[in-house]
Amino acid sequence: MGRKILLENIDKEGIERFDVYRKHGGYTALEKALKLTPDEVTEEVKKSGMRGRGGAGFPTGMKWSFLDKKSNNPRYLICNADESEPGTFKDRYLIEKLPHLLVEGLIISSYALGVNTCYIYVRGEFKYLIGILNKAICEANANKFLGKNILNTGYSLDIHVHSGAGAYICGEETAQIESLEGKRGNPRIKPPFPALKGLYDCPTVVNNVETLAAVVPIISMGGEEYAKIGTGRSTGTKLISASGHINRPGVYEIEMNISVEEFLMSDEYCGGMKNGKPLKAVIAGGSSVPILPAHLILKTANGENRMMTYESLADGGFATGTMLGSGGFIAYDEDSCIVRNTWNLTRFYHHESCGQCSPCREGTGWMERVLHRLENGEGRMHDIDLLTNISKNIEGNTICPLGDAAAWPVASAIRHFRDEFEFHVKNPGIVKNIKHGSLKKYTV
Amino acid sequence: MHGFKIHHVLHKKDNTKVEFSPEILSKVQQIIKRYPEGRHKSALLPILHIAQEELGGWLSPAVMDYVASLLSIQPIEVYEVATFYTQFYTQPVGKYVLEICQTATCAACGGEDIMEHLENKLGIKAGETTTDGLFTLKGVECLGGCGYAPVMQVNTEFHEHLTTEKVDALLEELKNNKNADKAKESKWAEKFF
Ligand SMILES: Cc1cc2nc3c(=O)[nH]c(=O)nc-3n(C[C@H](O)[C@H](O)[C@H](O)COP(=O)(O)O)c2cc1C
Ligand code: SF4
Ligand code: FES
Repeated sequence: MGRKILLENIDKEGIERFDVYRKHGGYTALEKALKLTPDEVTEEVKKSGMRGRGGAGFPTGMKWSFLDKKSNNPRYLICNADESEPGTFKDRYLIEKLPHLLVEGLIISSYALGVNTCYIYVRGEFKYLIGILNKAICEANANKFLGKNILNTGYSLDIHVHSGAGAYICGEETAQIESLEGKRGNPRIKPPFPALKGLYDCPTVVNNVETLAAVVPIISMGGEEYAKIGTGRSTGTKLISASGHINRPGVYEIEMNISVEEFLMSDEYCGGMKNGKPLKAVIAGGSSVPILPAHLILKTANGENRMMTYESLADGGFATGTMLGSGGFIAYDEDSCIVRNTWNLTRFYHHESCGQCSPCREGTGWMERVLHRLENGEGRMHDIDLLTNISKNIEGNTICPLGDAAAWPVASAIRHFRDEFEFHVKNPGIVKNIKHGSLKKYTV
Repeated sequence: MHGFKIHHVLHKKDNTKVEFSPEILSKVQQIIKRYPEGRHKSALLPILHIAQEELGGWLSPAVMDYVASLLSIQPIEVYEVATFYTQFYTQPVGKYVLEICQTATCAACGGEDIMEHLENKLGIKAGETTTDGLFTLKGVECLGGCGYAPVMQVNTEFHEHLTTEKVDALLEELKNNKNADKAKESKWAEKFF
């Protein structure tokens, strides 16, 4: 059994309540943190080597140290609970089961950052989580762990829950800030970065739910101890959302030292492929990362075991590797149609593009149309290169990374499954009759 | 892309008087206080959710104008936000909006079959509303429940691991009103905001 430090107490009856959470050691990390200076708390997080769990994997301690502490403006912490990346559902799980773990993490983090107002931005579809969070916040307040003069330290903090309303782009930190200001979720041009000019033009840190929850075990065990878990620059544990054609979909906490094969096949995690069908492809880190065929997700191009770590998944760059991203692990069996799946994801990005940049707004729609005709047996051979070309022209040419996120899945699908795209062009009769992309026993 | 759809509804005559009840108004005031002085516009999204729920199920121009007046902002500031976010309806919808996830994992695990089944069963296409005004069918993007695919959301509730049988049973239940206004009874705005 892998070590659990976030989900350790998840099965304890009533753990969503303050008294039960407290009985199992809850809020002792906060008590410990309040005896340190804010800078000492940040130092522990730095030592832990923990990288942000929202997708980009930026070291959290370093991000915190960029926060402008000289400005006279108030500082803000925003907890990103927008969770809309296809394949990702871990933050929802964590909040639902362990709301106090997040609240404790928010208080410690706010203390470290010198923040007195913190917002949790919850995606609008997760309204039921708002009730759960409000209850936990109330309980923490009633027990003096939150609110004015926390545990008589003189430190005060308010946490408010804010609701989005259905827009993937509001997971991007500057779009989230705009949205929290009551506007359309149009990402801002960076710089200035939120650390200098964020919410209401004040210094702001935006962190993912899992990142902020992980601050609790980091403070409990100390940054150095935390850094011993995992391998290399992938320290600690990571929540993986596993879905697709596997026997045991769900959220798993892994130590970042297990292989992809173990994660996929062992009964402790995914439990192998559903109906014993062979694996065709995996999207390892949420829909935005490159898709890899079975042989490249299980082994790197050098023949080494692929591990569930930031480094190993990225091994080989985009030519033969991918990214850990937000940990949204989607497995596809041999019957899955890669062309249809790519069309599906491109439709998603087209729908979610905020429309500010032409390459993203027009390019995603263009790719969607081309993929749609390929999928329906109406494509031409040169459509395949056209897609690669469009994706290259989006990548790196947009205000926010949604453009890249739309380009990578298309480019990687063609890179690794070109034969399947060609099959669609050459066999319009067969392709037209395939229902909902079930490419049964497809052979080129 | 989130386009401006507002012109479709602007011409519709809307005589219904829109106003929150005193309880809701006090909830609105409470929400506004969560944001710093002068930053009351931040409360727009939560208040639009409440307005949609309390004032007719969709955001008519009259409702949006009312929200603008509550927050002392220009109506256009409300329109541009309402049209950006998929959860806000700027057209009338049925009593129950069936939102079926059509993205990645759900699509790979039968979400499209569920949609097709519902289209046949209700005799409408995705995006349409049944003539009795009971159901609107809507394909939506990933609902953050991929591990429980296929997934659908009806108002605030999630329905997971969908099968055609489960969907049929749910439709019956909704038709028979068994769970009608369950959320409302338990103080919707209080519960979710
Ligand atoms: C299109 C887009 C969507 C994103 N969605 C999310 C999200 O739902 N949740 C999240 O935590 N981060 C999301 N991110 C990443 C955030 O911009 C930001 O990097 C993250 O919240 C930082 O938190 P971390 O440092 O703790 O990882 C998204 C980024 C992009 C470009
Ligand atoms: S890349 Fe796309 S989503 Fe991001 S700002 Fe540009 S248009 Fe908007
Ligand atoms: S793909 Fe349907 S909930 Fe995520």
